[in-house]
Amino acid sequence: MRIQVDRDRCRGAGQCALTAPALFDQSDDDGTVVVLDEQPPTELQEQARRAAALCPNAVIRILANVPRLCQRPATFS
Amino acid sequence: MSMPSASFSPVSLPMRRSSPFDPPAGYRFLREEEPVSRLAFPDGKVGWLLTRHQDVRALLADDRFSSDRRRVSSPVRRFPIRPDTPAVRAGSLIGMDPPEHTRYRRMLTRYFTVRRMRELAPRIEQVVSEHLDAMERSGPPADLVPAFARPIPSLVICELLGVPYRDKATFQRCTSTMLRLGASEDEISAARDELWQYMLDLVAAKRQHPDDALLGSLIQTGSQDADLTDERLAGIGQLLLAAGHETTANMLSLGTYALLRHPDQLCALRADGDLVDGAVEELLRYLTIVQFGTVRVAREDIEFAGRRIRAGETVVASLAAADRDPLQFAEPDDLDLARPASQHVAFGHGIHQCLGQQLARVEMKVAYSALFRRFPRLRLAVRPGEVPMRDDMFIYGVHRLPVAW
Repeated sequence: MRIQVDRDRCRGAGQCALTAPALFDQSDDDGTVVVLDEQPPTELQEQARRAAALCPNAVIRILANVPRLCQRPATFS
Repeated sequence: MSMPSASFSPVSLPMRRSSPFDPPAGYRFLREEEPVSRLAFPDGKVGWLLTRHQDVRALLADDRFSSDRRRVSSPVRRFPIRPDTPAVRAGSLIGMDPPEHTRYRRMLTRYFTVRRMRELAPRIEQVVSEHLDAMERSGPPADLVPAFARPIPSLVICELLGVPYRDKATFQRCTSTMLRLGASEDEISAARDELWQYMLDLVAAKRQHPDDALLGSLIQTGSQDADLTDERLAGIGQLLLAAGHETTANMLSLGTYALLRHPDQLCALRADGDLVDGAVEELLRYLTIVQFGTVRVAREDIEFAGRRIRAGETVVASLAAADRDPLQFAEPDDLDLARPASQHVAFGHGIHQCLGQQLARVEMKVAYSALFRRFPRLRLAVRPGEVPMRDDMFIYGVHRLPVAW
C-alpha cells in the first residue's frame, strides 16, 4: 500500500491525524496534512483506509500494492 | 407537517419533534419518499431540501455550490441569514468561498490541529475538575447547563482566543439572541452590533498589547499581512467565539441527558473508559445538534441527484436527517456507543467542515468522563418530559438539565 495526499486541497480538518496518528500529522504552519509513513505496515493499513474515507475533502488516495507500471487508485469506500 | 402528495410540491421544513433525541419524523418520510425535495422557505422563495447521507455529502463537497450567505434564504427565518454589510461579513469564513475561504482557513487551522488540541487536555481537565468541585459544594441538585455544560467550553474558547472570560455575560447574551429563532430582525441586528463593537474594541486593545492567544498571535504573525484589518480580526473572533461556546455546551448537556436516558449505554461507558472516543462520535451522530442543517446556493444551473437545481436556488442539507439514514448507519435510531467508526456529518463535510472539531472532541471526552466518574449515581432531578428542549434555537439541546447524585 502507498499513501498519496493532495495538500493543495487539504483544509486541515484533522480527521486523518485523529484516526491514524502513526501515519498522519498536521503542519505547524497551516494545519494541512503531513504523511508520516507513505508505505504503512500491514497492521496500519486499515487505519489508512479509514482516514481516507473520513477525509472531508477526499485528499487522501490509497494506492494498492500493485506493480509500479499499473498502479491505480483503489476505491475509497 | 403536511406531507407532499405529489412529486415536486414544496414542503416546509419539518420542525416538530415527537422525542427529545430524534429529528422530526417528517425527515424520515422525506428521506424515503422524496429525498431531494422542493422546500418552501419562510421568505416565500422555493429551493431544495436534502435528507439522504450520500446527497448531503455530495452537496457539501461540490464547488458548484456557494456558501455566500448574502445570497441564501434562511430555512427558518423570513429575513436573510446575513444582510449585505461588509463590516459584519469581514473575516467570517463560514460564509466564504475559495480562494478567500482557503486563505482564512489556512491561517486559522494551525491553532486547532489534533496535536495542539491534545496539548490543551490537561488545562481542560483542570477546568472541568473545578466546575465539578463547585457542583459538589453547592448541590445536589444542580442545573447542569450553567454549572457545567456552558462555562467549560466558554472558558476554554476564551483562553484560546484571548477573550476575557469576565465578559461572558455580554457575549453569551448576544450569541443567544442571534441564535434564537423567534428573535426579530431588530433584536438580532442590535445583538450583532453589540458583539461586533465588543470584538472591535478587544482587537484594538490587543493591537496595543498583543498576547500569545489566537487573536494576539494573528496580530503579531500577520503584521506584514495588510489583509488582516481590525474588522477582519473582529469577524474571526466573533465567529470562533460563538461557534466555540454554543455548540460544545449543548453537546455536553444534551449528551448527558441522552446517556442518562440510555442506562445500558451509560453503564457500558462507565465499565470501559476506552469507549469514550467512540461514544463521542456516536453522540455527535445521534444528536446532530445543528438541527436545521447547513445551506448552500447554486452558482449555476446544476444537475444534482437526478434533479435540476437552478442558479440562485438555496439548498438545505439536513445534517440531522443524513445522520439517521439507514443506508449509511445500521439501526440509525439506536444510540450505540460501540458503533464502528462512521462518516457522520455532525461537523459538516467538505471545505467548511468544522474548524474546531478537534477541540470539541477533546472537551467532550474529558467532560463526559470526569462527570460520570465524579458522580457515578448522576440522575435527572425532574421527570424526562419536564426537561425544556431547545426547539427554538439554531443549535439544539436543553435549556436546563436539573440533575442530582
